[in-house]
Amino acid sequence: MKHFHALGLGAVAALGMTALSMLPASAAWEPTKPVEFIVPAGTGGGADQMARTLQGIIAKHSLMSTQLVVINKSGGAGGEGFLDVKNAKGNPHKIVITLSNLFTTPLATGIPFNWKDMTPVAMLALDEFVLWVNASEPYKTAGDYVAAIKAAPDGTFKMGGTGSKSEDQIITVAFEKAVGKKMTYIPYKGGGEVAVQLVGGHINSSVNNPIEAVSQWRGDKVRPLCVFDSKTLPYTDKILGDLSWSSVPTCVSSGVDVEYLMLRGIFMPPGVTDEQVAYFVELFKKVRETPEWKQLMKDGAFNQTFMAGAEFKTWLEAAEATHKGLMQEAGFIAGN
Amino acid sequence: MFENFINLYHGFHIAADPFNILLMAVGILLGVIIGVLPGLGGANGVAILLPLTFSMSPTSAIILLTCIYWGALFGGAITSVLFNIPGEPWSVATTFDGHPMARNGKAGEALTAAFTSSFVGAFVAVIMITLIAPLVAQFALQFGPAEKFAVYFLAFASFVGMSKEPPAKTIVSMMIGFALAAVGLDMVTGQLRLTFGSTELLNGFDFLIAVIGLFGIGEILLTMEEGLEFRGKAAKIDPRIVWKTWKTLPKYWATSLRSCIIGCWMGITPAGATPASFMAYGVAKRISKNGKNFGNGEIEGVIAPETAAHAAGTSAMLPMLALGVPGSPTAAVLLGGLLIWGLQPGPMLFVEQSEFVWGLIASMYLGNVVGLILVLTTVPLFASILRIPFSIIAPVILVICAIGAYTVNNNVFDVIMMLVFGVLGYVLKKTNYPLAPLVLAIVLGDSAEEAFRQSLLSSGGSLGIFFSNGLVSTIMGIGIIAGIWPLLQIALNRFRRVAQPA
Amino acid sequence: MQQAPHGAGSGPTQRNAEIGVAVLTLLFGLIVIYGSTLVGIGWGSDGPQAGFFPFYVGLIICGCSIINLLHGLRENPTELFSEWSQLGQVLRVLIPTAIYVALVPFLGIYVPSVILISVFMKWLGKYGTPLTLAVALGVPAFFYITLERWFLIPLPKGPLEAWLGL
Repeated sequence: MKHFHALGLGAVAALGMTALSMLPASAAWEPTKPVEFIVPAGTGGGADQMARTLQGIIAKHSLMSTQLVVINKSGGAGGEGFLDVKNAKGNPHKIVITLSNLFTTPLATGIPFNWKDMTPVAMLALDEFVLWVNASEPYKTAGDYVAAIKAAPDGTFKMGGTGSKSEDQIITVAFEKAVGKKMTYIPYKGGGEVAVQLVGGHINSSVNNPIEAVSQWRGDKVRPLCVFDSKTLPYTDKILGDLSWSSVPTCVSSGVDVEYLMLRGIFMPPGVTDEQVAYFVELFKKVRETPEWKQLMKDGAFNQTFMAGAEFKTWLEAAEATHKGLMQEAGFIAGN
Repeated sequence: MFENFINLYHGFHIAADPFNILLMAVGILLGVIIGVLPGLGGANGVAILLPLTFSMSPTSAIILLTCIYWGALFGGAITSVLFNIPGEPWSVATTFDGHPMARNGKAGEALTAAFTSSFVGAFVAVIMITLIAPLVAQFALQFGPAEKFAVYFLAFASFVGMSKEPPAKTIVSMMIGFALAAVGLDMVTGQLRLTFGSTELLNGFDFLIAVIGLFGIGEILLTMEEGLEFRGKAAKIDPRIVWKTWKTLPKYWATSLRSCIIGCWMGITPAGATPASFMAYGVAKRISKNGKNFGNGEIEGVIAPETAAHAAGTSAMLPMLALGVPGSPTAAVLLGGLLIWGLQPGPMLFVEQSEFVWGLIASMYLGNVVGLILVLTTVPLFASILRIPFSIIAPVILVICAIGAYTVNNNVFDVIMMLVFGVLGYVLKKTNYPLAPLVLAIVLGDSAEEAFRQSLLSSGGSLGIFFSNGLVSTIMGIGIIAGIWPLLQIALNRFRRVAQPA
Repeated sequence: MQQAPHGAGSGPTQRNAEIGVAVLTLLFGLIVIYGSTLVGIGWGSDGPQAGFFPFYVGLIICGCSIINLLHGLRENPTELFSEWSQLGQVLRVLIPTAIYVALVPFLGIYVPSVILISVFMKWLGKYGTPLTLAVALGVPAFFYITLERWFLIPLPKGPLEAWLGL
C-alpha cells in the first residue's frame, strides 16, 4: 500500500512533532489471547512480507505475551480485510496492516469502508516509488525518458504496475499529467511480476517499490531513473558499481513534478480503548529498535517516518484528500 | 556446465548435514499434513512457518520450507485417491482415475503410483535445473501476457476434448466455471463484477471451495444414495503392494516422459502445477491406447497428472531463484522468505550466493528421496483408512471439508458455499454434466482472461498480438490443433467408414 | 409419481431432474448476463470491458441450457432419477450437514463438529456412547491442537470458546 504523501509534502511533518507526548505513560492493557494480524492482500506481496516479518520479529524477541497470527483477507482489493476489521467493533485482539488500498479500494470499488471506520494506531514506515526502465534502453535520466515520451504519439510507451486504479496507476496518471502525454498502463498481479516483465522488455517502464526491483538492478537488468520523494534516499550501500539508493535523483529535480509515498501503517477495529491502542503503539516502537527491522528498512529503502496519535490522524486526512483528488481527476471513482 | 557439478557436489555437503536431513524429514511430514487437509495449501503452510525460521541459517530455513512444499505436493494425492477430495488444486486431475482405482480396491496401487510419479517428475525437473538453469531462465523472460495466454489456451485445448457427455452439457458446465471465475474484482479495470453488492462475494468463488464441494461432498452424497458403504472397503492391505506396483510402472515410461516435459514447461512459463496436471491428463488420455478407459481407474490417469504437477512445482523454483519472479503462490512466499533472510533473488543470486543456491538444489534431490521413502511407508496406513466404517469416517470427512473450506480464505461463508457446491455436484453428476471442465474453467478462467486483456492493452486492442512472434504463434498454433483434434478424429473415422463400404 | 418400469420403487423421474437442472442453469445464465451489463459489456479502445467475457459466457449458458431443456423434454418419462428411499438416504446426510453448516457462523466450528459426529455415529452408525464420544471429541481436539496451536491458524469460534477464554 502506498500512501500518498502527495504533491505537496512537507507541512505534515511539522504537525506531528507535538503529538508524541499525548500517549499515556503506562500501558496497563495486555492481550489475553492470540492477536489476529489481518493482511488485506494476498500471500507473498509487500504487505504480507512486512506482516510476516513483524510476526517473526515479535516472536523472536518475545515482545508480546501472546501470539501474533497473520491472516490474509485479500478479496475485493483488500476490501474484505478492512470490512472484517470494521465489523469487529471493540475487539482489541485484531490489528490490520494497510497499503494504499486503504484509500483507493473504497473509492474505486464502492466497498463501504473508510479509514475513519477503524482506529489508527501508528505509521510504521512509508514505502518509496522509483521510476525504472530496462537497462538496455538508452535513457540515462528521467529527462531523457520524458523527452522520448513527448516525441512519440500518445500511448506508445507502456507503463506496468500492480493492480488497477491503485497506487501504481495513480502515479502513472500523475506522471502523464506532468509529462503531458498519455501512456499505456498495463496492470499485473504483483510487483515481482512487473519487474520481470520490464526485464523481458514487455513494458517500457515501471514504478516498482525499491524492494521489488532491487535484485534486477543489482543484475544490471533495469535502471532507476528517479524516486518519487521530496528528497533523495539516505541509503548509501553500493548496489551496482558505485551506485546506491542515494545516487538516484528525485523526480522533481529531474523535471517530473510528482511525489508519492505509500503508507505502511497499523489500524485497529473501531471502539477500542486508548490503553489498547497505546499497547500496540509501544509494541511497534520496540519493533523499530530491533536489528531485523532496521535491516528490512535498509533492504527496502523505506522512508522511516514513524507517527502515532493525532499527528497520524492529521496525516491520514491529508492523504485521503490527496487520493480523492487524484482519483477524481483520473476518473477512477466507482460510478454507483 | 562442469562447474555446475562441482558446485552441486559442494551443495550436497551442505545439504547432507545431519541437522538438515532431520529438517527435511520434519518438513516433509508437516507438508504431508498440510497437503492432506484440503484448503490449507503449500503456500499457507510455508507462509505460516516462515516466521519460525528466522533464527535458522538461510540454507537450513529454505530446506525446511521447500520440504514442506514437497510434502504438500506428495500429500495432496492422498485424499484425492481415498475420498475424491483433492487436498491441493494440482491433485484434482488425480481424482479422475485415482479415486475409481480406490473404489475398485486398488487404493494402495494408486497411492504408490501417485507418489512414485511425483518423485519422478520432481527428479527430472531438478536435473533440468542443475544442467540448464541459466538458459531456462532466459527463456522464461520471453513470456509476456500474450505468450501466457497462449499457454493457458494450449492447456485448455489439450484437456477439453470430446467427452461421452452431450456437448451442450459439457459447454454449460465449462461456461458455469468461467462465470464463477469472473465473480469478484476484475483485475484489469479494478471494478467489482457479478457481486450484486454482496460483501460475501467480494472474494469470488475460490477454486478449492468448488472442488471440495463438487468432488468431496458430492461423493459422500452419491455414496449415501448407494447405501452406507465405502466402495473401496474390500481393499486388501498388503505391505508388498509397493513392490508389486513398481513392477508395473516402467511400461508407462512414455506417459511419464511426456508429463515431465509438460510439467517442466508449465512450471517455467509460469503457468503452474494445476494447469500442468490437467494438460498432462488430457494429453495422456488422447495418446494412450487405454485412453477410452480413463476415468474408470486407469493407472496412467494417475501417473500423468502427478508427474506433471510435481515437475511443474519443482521447476517453478527456477524462475524464482534466477529472476525473482515466483512461478507459483508457494514460490511467492518463499521469495518473501529469501528477502527476509537478506538474500536477494535475481540474476546475481547464483553468483553471489552460490553456496546457498547449490545447497538448495542439492536439498531438492535429497528432500525428494527422503520424501519418497517417508510417504511410501505410509501407503498401507492410508489405504487402511478405507476400512473404517462409513458412518464414522463420513462425518469426519465432512468436518475436514468444512475446516478446509474455511481455511482457504478464512471465511465462514465459504463453508456454506461448499455445501451448495456439494449438492450441485451430486445433481450435476446424476444428470450427466461433466464436472472436470467446470473446475478447469474456474482455475484457468481468471488468469486466461487477465492475460488476454493485458495483451490487448499492450497491443492497443489488436488481436494480431497473439501471432506477433514465433514463440506465441507456435504455442497458439499447437493449441488450435489440439483444440480441433477430436473433430479431426471424428471426421477421419467417418471418412474411413465411408471409404470401406460393408 | 410414476411407477418405475421394473416396479423397483418410485421417485422423481430423470426427465424432471434434467428439466429442473436446465431451468436452473438458464436462470444462472440470465443472472450472469444481467450482472455483466452492470459493468459494461462493450469492447473499448483498449480491449474488452469488465463485463464483456461474462456477458457472452452468460449467453452461451442460456443457449445451451435451452438445448438441454429441449433434450430433457424428450427424455423417457418413466426412467427414474433416484428412488425416494435412496433420496431419503441422501437427505439423512444432507440435512445434518446443512444444520451443521448453518450453525458454524454462530457457534464456531468446534461445537457443531462434535454434534455432527455424535449424531452421525449414534443415529446412522448405532455405535456405543464411549466410541462415539471418543471420536466426536477427539477429532475437533486434534484440529484445535494442530491448526490453532501448531500452525497458528484460527478457526471460527463461538460463545463456548469465548467463555473458556480460548
